[in-house]
Amino acid sequence: MRIRTAGVVAVFTLALAASGCGGGSDEPATNESPKAAGGKLVIWADDKRTAALKPFAETFGRENGVTVEVQAVSKDLQTNFVTAAQQGSGPDVVVGAHDWIGNMVQNGAIDPVQLAADQKSAFNETAIKAVTFNGQLYGVPYAMENLALIRNTALAPEAPKTVEELVATGKRLKAEKKASEILCLQSGQNGDAYHIYPLYTSAGGYLFGTTADGDYDPKDLGVGKPESIEAFKKIGALGEKGEGALKRSITPENSIATFTGKKCAFLVSGPWAVADVKKAGISYDITPVPGFAGGKEAQPFVGVQAFYVASKGKNKALAQEFVANHVTKPELAVALYQAEPRPPALTAALDQVKGGDPDLAKFTEAGRNGQVLPAIPAMAAIWDPFGKAEAAVIGGADPARTITAAGQTIAGQIK
Amino acid sequence: MSTSPSGPGSTQAPGREPVGSRPAKRRTARDHAPITLTGLAVKVVLLGLVAGIAIWAAFPLIEAGKWAGLALLVATTAGLFHLYLTRRHVPAKYLVPGTLFLIAFQVVPVLYTAGTAFTNFGDGHRGDKQGAIVAIQTASVKQVPGSTEYALSVATEGDPATGPLVFLVTDPAGGAVSVGDGTGLRRLDAGEVTVAPGGKVTAADGYTVLNFGQASARSQEITDLVVPTAGGALRSSGLSRAYEGKAVRAYDAGCDCVRDSETGRTWTADESTGSFVAADGERLAQGWKVGVGLRNFTRVLTDPNISGPFLGTLVWNFAFAVGSTGGTFLLGTFVALALHSPRMRGTNLYRVLLILPYAMPSFAMLLVWRDMFNSDFGLINNLFGLGVNWFGEEWSARAAVLLVQLWLGYPYMFLVATGALQAIPRELTEATSVDGASPWQSFRAVTLPLLLVALSPLLISSFAYNFNNFNAIYLTTEGGPFPADNPTNGATDLLITYTYRLAFGGQGAEFGFAAAISLFIFAIVAVVSAVSFRRTRKQEEVYA
Repeated sequence: MRIRTAGVVAVFTLALAASGCGGGSDEPATNESPKAAGGKLVIWADDKRTAALKPFAETFGRENGVTVEVQAVSKDLQTNFVTAAQQGSGPDVVVGAHDWIGNMVQNGAIDPVQLAADQKSAFNETAIKAVTFNGQLYGVPYAMENLALIRNTALAPEAPKTVEELVATGKRLKAEKKASEILCLQSGQNGDAYHIYPLYTSAGGYLFGTTADGDYDPKDLGVGKPESIEAFKKIGALGEKGEGALKRSITPENSIATFTGKKCAFLVSGPWAVADVKKAGISYDITPVPGFAGGKEAQPFVGVQAFYVASKGKNKALAQEFVANHVTKPELAVALYQAEPRPPALTAALDQVKGGDPDLAKFTEAGRNGQVLPAIPAMAAIWDPFGKAEAAVIGGADPARTITAAGQTIAGQIK
Repeated sequence: MSTSPSGPGSTQAPGREPVGSRPAKRRTARDHAPITLTGLAVKVVLLGLVAGIAIWAAFPLIEAGKWAGLALLVATTAGLFHLYLTRRHVPAKYLVPGTLFLIAFQVVPVLYTAGTAFTNFGDGHRGDKQGAIVAIQTASVKQVPGSTEYALSVATEGDPATGPLVFLVTDPAGGAVSVGDGTGLRRLDAGEVTVAPGGKVTAADGYTVLNFGQASARSQEITDLVVPTAGGALRSSGLSRAYEGKAVRAYDAGCDCVRDSETGRTWTADESTGSFVAADGERLAQGWKVGVGLRNFTRVLTDPNISGPFLGTLVWNFAFAVGSTGGTFLLGTFVALALHSPRMRGTNLYRVLLILPYAMPSFAMLLVWRDMFNSDFGLINNLFGLGVNWFGEEWSARAAVLLVQLWLGYPYMFLVATGALQAIPRELTEATSVDGASPWQSFRAVTLPLLLVALSPLLISSFAYNFNNFNAIYLTTEGGPFPADNPTNGATDLLITYTYRLAFGGQGAEFGFAAAISLFIFAIVAVVSAVSFRRTRKQEEVYA
């Protein structure tokens, strides 16, 4: 009796296991057949771009007899990619911001891409510069983004030429009770290095010097230098204890909403803000972020979105083919623009879409003198201390002491 | 235990048992307990699942040649089958699943963390040395200046799936076609080949041109195929173009170094840091993972950036954990007592309302609270007409995070206190009032001690949880406000948020360092918990 029961259980169990395992072996078999006919290309992108990429990827697959799978990674795409690449379970192609390049290269996660000279010249020059790292091209760009000044033309019909002009207009509107804030430039309690950067450069500051071949040099740190102290003195004068144009209460969460709520006439933001502004029915115009009177030009960061070939991908030849010879075609750039309206990096694609969207040319114009967001790993050490120094100075702290401390912290973290 | 029915899932079905022989059967119940259909089915399904998971896990292990892991898997599976197919070892049947999960989800991660703490694992040091060398060499392949870009077709002389691969390349200038393999390039006669308008060879005598599908199935071989030329080597760029490239940097096993053929610089391997270092101290970005001994631990203890603000942070960390736990306990118990009073009406409605904050996701609530504390647009300042910069001043920020914790946490304490109160017999408090004790005296002397016996373990776990309550700080103040001259340590920083910034805020993640820090925090929490549990036990002895 006892042995029989055990036997029955064992037989049933093994049958069940066998059927489960049979199901498992079916799957590779069905995968095997297209694999024999063609390879499989796996692409990782974020949610929005996955949707735009899918039809294009399917066409590429059909035309070339391969399977293309676009997988959405909604959170921490870069970290997940680097970890998965190390484990050998990563994709063949990944889509992301160009300032990831430094970290992906130091982890051996992406390979250089070889583009012919005529392919390169089809792109915006700044975009190509952004994806070039240590003299090698590591990705194929498709979109660019940078900050600009978005203005409520009902409140402020004229574009301000200087920061001082902007502040004067903002103050007048505030006095007339037409607005409650002078300027919507997000900071928050811990600052926002990306958004303050145009004013920082206009006031004479810099983050990294450049080496002879034009790359950013992590050994020449500009934060903590006399120029940066002077720059932060000017920023501090606009702060809570000064003009009141820069405030810590304006955060990444509320800056666009405050502008669309018509509480401020000027917003410093990027292409991602335009959809909300349009929805609010505000008449607006986009101009470059103004600089300080008599100062240098305000230079926003230029960020680039690009396709990368994974070093440890299973199908590198196909990945190279896709990235180097198909992403470089305007059709994909246009499709991605329609998914999210950022200026395409391909000049031909920009020409195609800019007729229907005048904002694109204005953003491109605002970014014309922009600086490529540094992709060197050292940049990761900048964001946090630099932002906090900005917030402290806006709150009225002594610029010299604050920015010197920030410079020391950053220098200590750069290896 | 000995009288309980054997095996999980074997439910008692008295109806099936012959009545009358029960007392005699009890003694040998283990051997003759009834086998019900449900019990058998559950057993078959669960064991089938175990076997299925084992088989599913075995293939990757075999593929990777991890024999120790495979042996462990086989032993565990065999052990499980032995345990549940025989009728002996009844206590083990109950203990083993929990123990297995404990090992898999508690012991292994802790050991892994402890192991990581002795390495330099992190960005730039994730893989092994060989991986770093490959990455350095691949990253240094540069197009030979002024060289030609060829149109490429991948072909073979044999079978498309297995035959040796060759490159058929077309020079864009003259249209001349050459065939290239591992030995070099050889010109083909124009008559032997058919060239498409773009320059790609579509057919060649003696060769089968692979289409994209066939070629991409042999992706690795194509990437590895390098055709030597005078200036460097012809490599594929995708499946339709080839370029002449040259690896500028190469590893030399003789000197255990990487040499740059353009500049002549060398970077020698340093096994203690896991990177290639030049004579002047410059390091190549791509490094590898090495053991660093106690270096991560000594860094925690000796780095002035860490040890300087450590004490202040620790004190605030204790204050935060005690304040969060104590505040929620006091408020929760107070509300529970109020609703416990027999004179209270509409208690169910109150209870539902009180549980609401607990039912909402704390993640979202923390973000909502953060915006409510905004100095210009926040609800709190607008409602009370205040101008306080809550998160901008040291003490207001601390008060604010404690207030948020109180709001988030007291429903939980209210729930458990209500349960514990209902378990205290009313006769006890009635007896005290008969003896002439005031309600306060009766609460102090009877209700509170009995309540604490039930709640102490929960208070300790709540303390341990709040001690490491990363979200409560990171989603509200992010550790701020920060002193102007120190952006690394803020007024509301807990040890966990502070060290998170140290380990992940700088130039890339440092998992080894983070693991060392978490071991320190683990030690602190473990000591505090152990001491508290010891004291609780004494208390229980007094009141129980």
